[in-house]
Amino acid sequence: MENTQTSQNTETGAAYNFAYLDEQTKRMIRRALLKAVAIPGYQVPFAGREMPMPYGWGTGGVQVTAAVIGPDDTLKVIDQGADDTTNAVSIRQFFAKTAGVATTEKTAEASIIQTRHRIPEKPLRDDQILVYQVPIPEPLRFLEPRETETRKMHALEEYGLMHVKLYEDISRHGHIATTYAYPVMVDGRYVMDPSPTPKFDNPKMNMMPALQLFGAGREKRIYALPPFTRVESLDFEDHPFSVQSWDDECGMCSATDSYLDEVILDDKGNRMFVCSDTDYCTERQDAGHRGPQHHDQPLGGKAAE
Amino acid sequence: MSDMLHVENVAKAFTLHTQGSVTIPVFEGVEFHLNSGECIALTGESGSGKSTFMRMLYANYTCSSGSINVFHDGTWLDITTASPHAILDMRKRTMGYVSQFLRVIPRVPTLEIVAEPLIALGTARDAAKEKARDLLTRLRIPERLWQLSPLTFSGGEQQRVNIARGFIADYPIMLLDEPTASLDVQNRATVLALIDEAKLRGAAIAGIFHDHDTRDAVCTGSFDVTSFKVGAND
Amino acid sequence: MTQNNTPLLRVSDLTMMYGDRVGCRNVSFDLRPGEVLGIVGESGSGKSTLLRSISAQQEPTKGVVEYHTRIDGIRDVYQISEAQRRLLMRTDWAFVHQNARDGLRMNVSAGANIGERLMAVGDRHYGNIRAAAGNWLGKVEIAEERLDDLPSTFSGGMQQRLQIARNLVTSPRLVFMDEPTGGLDVSVQARLLDLLRGLVHDLNLAVIIVTHDLAVARLLSHRLMVMQGGAVIESGLTDQVLDDPQHAYTQLLVSSILQN
Repeated sequence: MENTQTSQNTETGAAYNFAYLDEQTKRMIRRALLKAVAIPGYQVPFAGREMPMPYGWGTGGVQVTAAVIGPDDTLKVIDQGADDTTNAVSIRQFFAKTAGVATTEKTAEASIIQTRHRIPEKPLRDDQILVYQVPIPEPLRFLEPRETETRKMHALEEYGLMHVKLYEDISRHGHIATTYAYPVMVDGRYVMDPSPTPKFDNPKMNMMPALQLFGAGREKRIYALPPFTRVESLDFEDHPFSVQSWDDECGMCSATDSYLDEVILDDKGNRMFVCSDTDYCTERQDAGHRGPQHHDQPLGGKAAE
Repeated sequence: MSDMLHVENVAKAFTLHTQGSVTIPVFEGVEFHLNSGECIALTGESGSGKSTFMRMLYANYTCSSGSINVFHDGTWLDITTASPHAILDMRKRTMGYVSQFLRVIPRVPTLEIVAEPLIALGTARDAAKEKARDLLTRLRIPERLWQLSPLTFSGGEQQRVNIARGFIADYPIMLLDEPTASLDVQNRATVLALIDEAKLRGAAIAGIFHDHDTRDAVCTGSFDVTSFKVGAND
Repeated sequence: MTQNNTPLLRVSDLTMMYGDRVGCRNVSFDLRPGEVLGIVGESGSGKSTLLRSISAQQEPTKGVVEYHTRIDGIRDVYQISEAQRRLLMRTDWAFVHQNARDGLRMNVSAGANIGERLMAVGDRHYGNIRAAAGNWLGKVEIAEERLDDLPSTFSGGMQQRLQIARNLVTSPRLVFMDEPTGGLDVSVQARLLDLLRGLVHDLNLAVIIVTHDLAVARLLSHRLMVMQGGAVIESGLTDQVLDDPQHAYTQLLVSSILQN
């Protein structure tokens, strides 16, 4: 394996090791990943490295990806579901350059998907790995800022505080208003912050066939969900967990089962909803699905008029 | 008449550590008996230690030596050696004390203060308050004051609240420290009636009364504390 | 007080050293259900150290603290697992801090503050939690419409009452109080004392209250321990200790208060 990587290095002629990080660092990260997989939902500290990008741009996810990626992998990177945002493009290029791996925008073709804020709509398979970029890994921090205390609370399964947050939501808004980073209970043991994904994606985490890895670069924590792990969203008996739903369909592909972004079209109040998952939307359009605002449609130009 | 309280060979001295550790002997060799149905006046001139002796009977003051036995809960309890728990239980169920001073938490309504000893004994709140109302009415505390704290009352009114509180539970033993001191004629008569009623139901009463009339009206005997003053028999 | 003679708490030969310095030494006592024990003494006499050691917040250098748990009988609070100890501390025990801010979560509503202990023991019905919180707000004489307000919008006295409600919602049997009336206006103190005394009586709470205010000790406690230099120098029935103090230091303490 190492030989392959060294040769690849020589082939690309780059001054960097395969996937940027040196092998010792990758081993260290892999050890943390193994521990994280062994204790689903538990935050494993790791010696996070400085990466050639600022914190907040996915340094945690990039380090995890660098530690698991091999020359035969195909990488997809999404940011808010889109493959074409600056963040997604630059990370994809980073690995294309430092690891020489194939990249793709198609969920089905990827073996590793690094994501910020979304889980693809297309169900993932057991031969895929989903890598999350995590800004704040500690779900209890909202109410308990002391790290010594939150670690103890995890150790002793003292999770009443999570419900205090949800209680506060209901008392202020009449319903649980937390819509992203919605806390989950992993395998009945650890409460975990699913990173700032919309709660719409929480049910997808439950019993997912793909391996899910979470990397927090600034806070130097790694956690994981092995394939087919039980993931339950916290709630109250009389205020059960529910995902967002929309009255509209996707303006481009007419999907009603995907997470929709609102797009403001002008300053006259015209707007449209489109799938946040660009690959999902494109695939549906390629299959002939048309939303009311698609440019092929007779109604397509209406909003712009 | 049955024996309710007896004091045996009690001595009391105060040691004042803050004033050069001077020891002031007060009593020695005190012997005293109190039976049910009697009312004994503790006598002696001002400063002779009547109040000190009464406080010793209530275990508010300690004894230097000797024993004070109280018939409590079907048995004899020596309050000079009893645990705080036992003494508190004795005060709750056996011995009532009407002091000259009202010591209550500010803001608590008079009615509550009067009813409290009965509620502590397990009487239903409503029944206890009913009895408190009766007593306050008898003692001529105007009804408009019942929901106010007695701390704002006049001296005489506070005294009557204290009496109502002291008489609400039918204690087998009662200690009365100048219960009629600042009362007018009418109220004094009411208090004397309350004492007589207590005697009739069999209470053993020891009291300090400032005037001879009161003493003559209710007391069945007297006990001169002066005779046990240290140096009295030298 | 009940007639139950089994101690709820037993402290034996408790000593807390900070290096060579004595925090408190050789303290032993029993506390029964429903009994209120006052600990008085001046600043630095060791009363707060003692309270911390008894309430499982600071393991003593020497000595044993045993508690009669609801389920497992008498247990040494420093020998049980940390999980059990913390469960005990947030269910059957309560701790009322002098500064309400130390005992409250200032960034969540009054209702969430009261509901926290219920949620910590697994209550998962929002409506029930909210109803219980509202009920407790009433018990501590705060209008129920303040349920969704942040504690920072409350007065000092209200914050202290909220802290008490937050602590008592799980029906604890033992409450530790560290100068609960300290820092409050006199009029507010009286109201709090009255409330505390009522709750102690109605809920049959055992209480250990640390205070330097002898008037507070007299009104609330059945028994008193006087501390000086880390040691208990006199203890007994509250009114006996205050009215007929035997120890030189107690006499000094009692003679130093202003009479009203």
